[in-house]
Amino acid sequence: MVNILYFASFREKFGQAQEQLPAQFNTVGELLAKLAQRGDEWRETLIEQGHVQIAVNQDMANADTPLKAGDEVALFPPVTGG
Amino acid sequence: MSNPFVRVQEADFDLSTEVNWLREQHADVGAVVSFIGTVRDINQGDEVNQLELEHYPGMTEKALEAIRQQAHQRWQLESSLIIHRIGKMQPKDQIVLVAVASRHRENAFHAAHFIMDYLKTNAPFWKKEWTPEGERWVDARLSDEQAMQRWLSHNP
Repeated sequence: MVNILYFASFREKFGQAQEQLPAQFNTVGELLAKLAQRGDEWRETLIEQGHVQIAVNQDMANADTPLKAGDEVALFPPVTGG
Repeated sequence: MSNPFVRVQEADFDLSTEVNWLREQHADVGAVVSFIGTVRDINQGDEVNQLELEHYPGMTEKALEAIRQQAHQRWQLESSLIIHRIGKMQPKDQIVLVAVASRHRENAFHAAHFIMDYLKTNAPFWKKEWTPEGERWVDARLSDEQAMQRWLSHNP
């Protein structure tokens, strides 16, 4: 399994903070493509708007980052702290 | 044990208490620079009544410590401290404290500025604000990204 976390506006748009999916994705990009199939909101947010931020196991990552079973993948919008 | 130099907390902080604590860590300190970020009552022309800060527990602390370590590698510093609040806040409340102690002032000024610029663009925090029209997520600003990028080519 991979554990997926959503933060801030992504959490609200997708209506969930966390979910688990089977570890069947070689890369983050494959995971994003799969999630984008869920509907317009998902596709626009994760693919079309082009500003998704990705962390794998709490380190910044990108679509090419490989995934393995047990990984924690976080998807979130650009950060706005400070 | 949690890192005393990086704190993410709901509670408010007191500048004097924190600066005194930081100065006590090293005797060879000749300069302390501190920055406090506060909640404004207006953003993009709209009145703001309340702000909420969300973070990514675990990664946020890790990202802040990484920024602090970068500053220590780049300038000669004695010690540094980052406190960032989460949860709900009102206008005028304190949000963030960055304090840097060094032997001489130049390094402390530069490092405090660097830490804030990197925190703004690299640490996973998100702001939601409440205006009379309702709540909204705050958009990231290009100017914050540009402020961070300056440090990549600029080395004071």
